[in-house]
Amino acid sequence: MSAVDYLIPYDFSPVTILGFVLVLGFYGYGLLAMPEADRPGSGRILVFVVGVMICYGVMQTRFDYYSQYMFFVHRGQHLILHHLGPFLIALSNPLPVMRFLYSRIKPGIRQALTPLGWIYRFLQHPAIASFLFVGLIYFWLWPPIHFDAMLSRDLYWIMNWSMLLDGLLFWWLIFDPRSPVVSDALGYGKRILLLALVALPQMVLGATIVFSRGMVYDVYEVCGRAWPMPPETDQLLGGLLTWIPPAMMSILGILIILRRAMREDGKLSPYSEKLEATHP
Amino acid sequence: MSILRRSRFLNRLSIIAVMTSSAILAGCFGDDESWRGKDISGLMPELAFELTDTSGDTLTADDTAGEIRMVFFGFTSCPDVCPATLQKLSRAVKDMPGELQEDTRIVFVSVDPKRDTPERIASYVDFFSDRAIGLTGEEKALRELSKRYRTTFGYDDPDEEGNYNVSHSGAVYVFDREGDARLLFRPDLSIEDIRADLVALAEESGI
Repeated sequence: MSAVDYLIPYDFSPVTILGFVLVLGFYGYGLLAMPEADRPGSGRILVFVVGVMICYGVMQTRFDYYSQYMFFVHRGQHLILHHLGPFLIALSNPLPVMRFLYSRIKPGIRQALTPLGWIYRFLQHPAIASFLFVGLIYFWLWPPIHFDAMLSRDLYWIMNWSMLLDGLLFWWLIFDPRSPVVSDALGYGKRILLLALVALPQMVLGATIVFSRGMVYDVYEVCGRAWPMPPETDQLLGGLLTWIPPAMMSILGILIILRRAMREDGKLSPYSEKLEATHP
Repeated sequence: MSILRRSRFLNRLSIIAVMTSSAILAGCFGDDESWRGKDISGLMPELAFELTDTSGDTLTADDTAGEIRMVFFGFTSCPDVCPATLQKLSRAVKDMPGELQEDTRIVFVSVDPKRDTPERIASYVDFFSDRAIGLTGEEKALRELSKRYRTTFGYDDPDEEGNYNVSHSGAVYVFDREGDARLLFRPDLSIEDIRADLVALAEESGI
């Protein structure tokens, strides 16, 4: 197989390609057209593009073939779609670009988009967001559901897209660049709590897969593996990928939030006036 | 006050949403007991192929329309899985009521076209059952067919004598008379379970 064969999609999905082209296109247009003062630096742009491109890479290259026929590669694919890719995208803080693009939308269309805002705010309620984040992992890894998802092309695409979109929502909630002191963004304490809370069930699930004696995900056995590998090894590696990297990313997220909270500690708090008034 | 009320409402709404979705999820996991094999209705596309049969002619899915078709991917030098599966399928078919046997077809697709000539496949499938047919094709056509049914195959490196192993799906894909994908037989399914499912399938879309 030539290098080109590794780069072309295994399962060509026009909607997916269109989605990625639109995201990068709008981002690029925003960067070029927006006032220079608000424009993100080259480091942040790079992080954003890398985040988007690794998600594209696991969906529309030969990687996708191995994800369909090896359990541990599939877990790696979801690690990128649900964790690493959205993590980088949210961390790159594309908010100024998004604000600029939003300002270019005609008021009529903006009004039509209002219901989307309601859905967004509902999904970003901390309880819903964390339930969805962990719930989706459990849902798609529930053996009968996982079996069906790997057999049905439609379900497979729904699975991968739902993981990517949910990952974006969750990590955007966590890395919301607005300070909770001056906006209605989620408080730092709550963000840290969410990160710790979602890590626990993922560790339980990963450890369960790692220590399972029997075959939990026999669909890879039934449909053939991409290359000969003992099923136990495949399952063990997949379990480790479900267990360790997500837990590490929660900790990394906590550290990043702590750093931001500590930076803001030194700054003037808007509560100080109130405190003075009540405690003269 | 109104803000407080709103946030309380949102909190309540979120709890309701969490509970509802849990209930929906629980509903999804209910198992359908009526089939012994795995029910794959609606999960896979209908049967379609254009391959070469054992007499060297082109055969399409339409040529076998009206029969219950059991599609199995394998190769004739296969040491264990293929003979065991073909043996099981042919035993299950033999155990069916006589008139229903005529409505079944075991479709063995060789994914090793380099070694498996039509003659070789013919003597192989004839050994197991007279309800079995053997097919093969160019690797590209076989890749497309296996991709359509979410499976794959691969070749090991050949040894000094040129023998090599082929990895392939161990499952049997069952299509009804109309060609709709209905059941998936896992390798560990018993002959009796296969027979029961085949009879039920043959009887439901009446003769």
